[in-house]
Amino acid sequence: MEYEVVIGLEVHVQVRTKSKIFTSVGVGFGCDPNTLTDPVVLGFPGALPVINKEAVEKSVKVGMLLQSEIPEVTKWDRKNYFYPDSPKNYQISQFDQPICEGGKVEIELPGPSRNVMGEHKWIELTRAHLEEDVGKLNHFDGYSLVDYNRAGTPLLEIVSEPVLHAPDEAFAYLNALRMLMIYGDISDCDMEKGQMRCDANISIRPAGQEELGVKVEIKNMNSISGVRNGLAYEIERQIQTVKAGGAIVQETRGWDAAKNVTYHMRFKEESHDYRYFPDPDLMPVRIDDAWRKRIAATIPERPYDRQRRYYEDYDLPFTVTSVLVPDPKLCTFFEEAAKACGKARQAANWLMNNLLGELGNAGLSLSESKIKPAHIAELVNLIEEGAISKNIAKEQVFGTMFETGDMPAAIVEEKGLKQSNDTTELEPVCQEVIDANPGPVAEIQAGNDKAINFLKGQVMKATRGKANPALVDQVLKELIDKKG
Amino acid sequence: MAVDLHFKTLSELQALLSAGELSSVELTQALVDRKEAVDDKVQAFNSLDKEQAIAQAEAADQRRAAGSVLGPLDGIPIGLKDVISVKGQPLTCSSKMLENFVSPYDATATTHLKVAGAVLSGRLNMDEFAMGSSTENSAFKTTVNPWDLERVAGGSSGGSAAAVSAGAVPVSLGSDTGGSIRQPASFCGVVGFKPTYGRVSRFGLVAYASSLDQIGPFGRSVKDVATVLQTIAGHDPKDSTSIEQDVPDYAGAIESNKSPWKLGIPKEYFGEGLDPEVKASIQSAIDWYADQGCEIHEVTLPHMDLAVAVYYIIATAEASSNLARYDGVRYTHRSKDAENAIDLYFKSRAEGFGEEVKRRIILGTYVLSSGYYDAYYLRAQKVRTLIRLDFMKAYETVDALLTPTSPFVSFKAGEKNEDPLAMYLSDIYTISANLAGIPGISIPCGLNSEGLPVGLQIQGKPFGEADLLAIANAYEEAHDYSSQHPSL
Amino acid sequence: MSDKGSIDIDYLANLARIELTDKERELFSSQLADILGYFEQLNQVDVSGVEPMAHAFQVENVLREDESVEGFDANTAVEHAAAKRNHMVQVPKVVEG
Ligand SMILES: [Mg+2]
Ligand SMILES: [Zn+2]
Repeated sequence: MEYEVVIGLEVHVQVRTKSKIFTSVGVGFGCDPNTLTDPVVLGFPGALPVINKEAVEKSVKVGMLLQSEIPEVTKWDRKNYFYPDSPKNYQISQFDQPICEGGKVEIELPGPSRNVMGEHKWIELTRAHLEEDVGKLNHFDGYSLVDYNRAGTPLLEIVSEPVLHAPDEAFAYLNALRMLMIYGDISDCDMEKGQMRCDANISIRPAGQEELGVKVEIKNMNSISGVRNGLAYEIERQIQTVKAGGAIVQETRGWDAAKNVTYHMRFKEESHDYRYFPDPDLMPVRIDDAWRKRIAATIPERPYDRQRRYYEDYDLPFTVTSVLVPDPKLCTFFEEAAKACGKARQAANWLMNNLLGELGNAGLSLSESKIKPAHIAELVNLIEEGAISKNIAKEQVFGTMFETGDMPAAIVEEKGLKQSNDTTELEPVCQEVIDANPGPVAEIQAGNDKAINFLKGQVMKATRGKANPALVDQVLKELIDKKG
Repeated sequence: MAVDLHFKTLSELQALLSAGELSSVELTQALVDRKEAVDDKVQAFNSLDKEQAIAQAEAADQRRAAGSVLGPLDGIPIGLKDVISVKGQPLTCSSKMLENFVSPYDATATTHLKVAGAVLSGRLNMDEFAMGSSTENSAFKTTVNPWDLERVAGGSSGGSAAAVSAGAVPVSLGSDTGGSIRQPASFCGVVGFKPTYGRVSRFGLVAYASSLDQIGPFGRSVKDVATVLQTIAGHDPKDSTSIEQDVPDYAGAIESNKSPWKLGIPKEYFGEGLDPEVKASIQSAIDWYADQGCEIHEVTLPHMDLAVAVYYIIATAEASSNLARYDGVRYTHRSKDAENAIDLYFKSRAEGFGEEVKRRIILGTYVLSSGYYDAYYLRAQKVRTLIRLDFMKAYETVDALLTPTSPFVSFKAGEKNEDPLAMYLSDIYTISANLAGIPGISIPCGLNSEGLPVGLQIQGKPFGEADLLAIANAYEEAHDYSSQHPSL
Repeated sequence: MSDKGSIDIDYLANLARIELTDKERELFSSQLADILGYFEQLNQVDVSGVEPMAHAFQVENVLREDESVEGFDANTAVEHAAAKRNHMVQVPKVVEG
């Protein structure tokens, strides 16, 4: 029997702010334990929360990026449950009036090969709500230690509809979400730092069946690939269980990335009665038209809209857009370079084939690069004008430019790399090469045109690459003809 | 020093300090002595750091000597209910749960008092986590009524009322969630004022029921509570429920705002269950206002009889969540018998909370639990709206409402312990002000035939504190009830 | 709300994380039944079209600017914890659930 997989994802994204969501203590990662705390974070008696405006604005921005509906009024509720990482034993969250309702995310599925773009799809969202994070439990033998530094960090929980049907779709969805968050300057979504976390609800059903199968929740998938692997394992486990005549039980399972398995955590019967109710300590937030407009003005072009524009405006191939588009800073760099030289493909190629590699080797980020868009544009122009050859650019200009940040024209000038276009200078060199290589010359005379490449190489070598290759070709041919 | 220094009003003490006839250190020492003399009987104090109080008084005297007095509270001792944070002082909420807790920060009300130079003198007993109407629910001691040591001081701010009544502090702060300032003030024959919800910051007030709690002052005169209110009132960016409204000059308002007022008598407060002697006292107060030329209107608050039910749903629901943080993990009592983290909760909370607190947490848990939310909590929130609308309707005709504060005078300790519902019903006249968010004051209205104080409650419009104080002050000035003191 | 007497006291005690003695279970069950019985009177009110009231005075958009300040030093944060280690709060072994 064929089975259909149904997956819904709950993604927690840490909204980037300076201070916590309900108090002014700073947000951070890797600080000394319990130093990012105050009476509010630790839930000390008498402490009260006050909403961080930035967290609200960024969440509205996410909603706009996700094309959600942003209701007029949003409010806060308490979700009551006990756990040692929870300072108040309730989480301030949103229940019936979340900050974003609905929405959709465009995803790109893997193509048939790495060089070919895959299918694009839209994934429907249920909602996104803003809430506070809890602390971190560190487990030891027989005891646990709690660090509340992370408690109170703003989180936006983005809930998808159960419309994903394969691990690859979940993978593509998370990548698409991550790109949107980076584009919106919402979060870096570094899963290792807990800036993005993902829980999945997954069930299988016989293909064609309307009714959903029994739902299993998977937790602890700590990377985007981990989600793909965890789901793949779980699908297989469920199918094998059913095929063997077993039943799927409603439960929460954890993903063990080291062992590559999911394991039972708890049954649904043990799940909580959260007793949500409106938080009496917090007032509702109204997002009026003026505020909406201000935030809307900051919404960037979405990644796949940009990809389409790159195809149309710049005629870039998929292999290039797939590298550029996920990184908005790289895109900006590219667009500035392309605009400055008017030659988008060439600019993109220099970025892709040279700059990214050099940065990678040097362990530098794009913002640390001494090469700026103006350098790339000038370099492209020098080649186009015939001032230097591509080879000279690659081998003698680019490296220096990368090291020093000097402009390419200045380097060419200083190193005397300007391509020679003067036939009177070239003729003696070419004649020497012809004289020294009777064999290839004879071949050319016998009609083998390709043999000229050898002579050209010799001339380039003798001129240390400065000769204009087209001109060399022309002079060699003339001299050989004359020799007749 | 004068023998009766301990029964002087804040304004009288202020005058003595200004005249140089009294130093703050002398005053503070006299009150510490008074506390030591009477508190074995009254049991109003959970703790009193004598050295700290004297040190603060010395600083006040130095300011006075230097001619830089901070205001009317400078050098005046004030007691705080043990539910309001003072940095470096215990904050027990009269619970075993917080028996050893010392607050690392100041409540906003505390900050205001410190800035005003007040001497923070003593932590006052209360019903555990402010849950109760008699201060019998304290984990440490029962505060008794200075007028009759066999009777209760009322609650939950029993210590704050009794300490003023007994002459151990001229003024104090309490908190009022369902009458917890007004009812003990009435029982102990002092003035107690619950401001409009949002008038005084709740930051640093340990939450019982967040949408109802409000800090307010106790004193021996209306002017004294006005002075304290003036100091602690105002918007606080640390409390999202505190309201941005200017604080009027209350002393000035008391002087300028004069009779005749339009006063409402809600008939629902005068029905079954009201003690005849209390009724007679209140009636004579109503007659007095009428004699002053006030228009007296009978008004109706049709949903009044539902207030107790609404209150105990909303308050316990909020409490069940607010008190979840007392779990044995970060700062509270921790059971020594727990085998794992979950067990730690069950045992620490079983050991740390008293019976009434457990009962209310269980009740609050029930009304919020799956399947019951709409029937109880949501419905109570809607009836709360109706109760508020009743008051707003009444205030279209009248400036304030005159009622008894409590249906009866102070009752005997132990009398209502067995029947929580009977105890809950004793708050019947005070809780609707908390539900509606309006201000209310209780002032002495004479003694009954047994020599026990009766309290007159005046409820006002939202942020109508100034009117309320003026109306209360007029009655007080014409009667000498405030100068009656218990003999201890 | 008419099923008074059917209070599952163990379920509530579990949600509230309070271990009750047998005496307390019995006492609370009967007292809660009384109290819930008293609450029945709320059923007599017509609340259709009435807005629920979550705050005594509701205002909107009480927000603060995103500015950060110093937090507690690590000692203050865990000062009152019954057990601590390395500036963290120590709890007995956490069992999943
Ligand atoms: Mg969730
Ligand atoms: Zn969440």
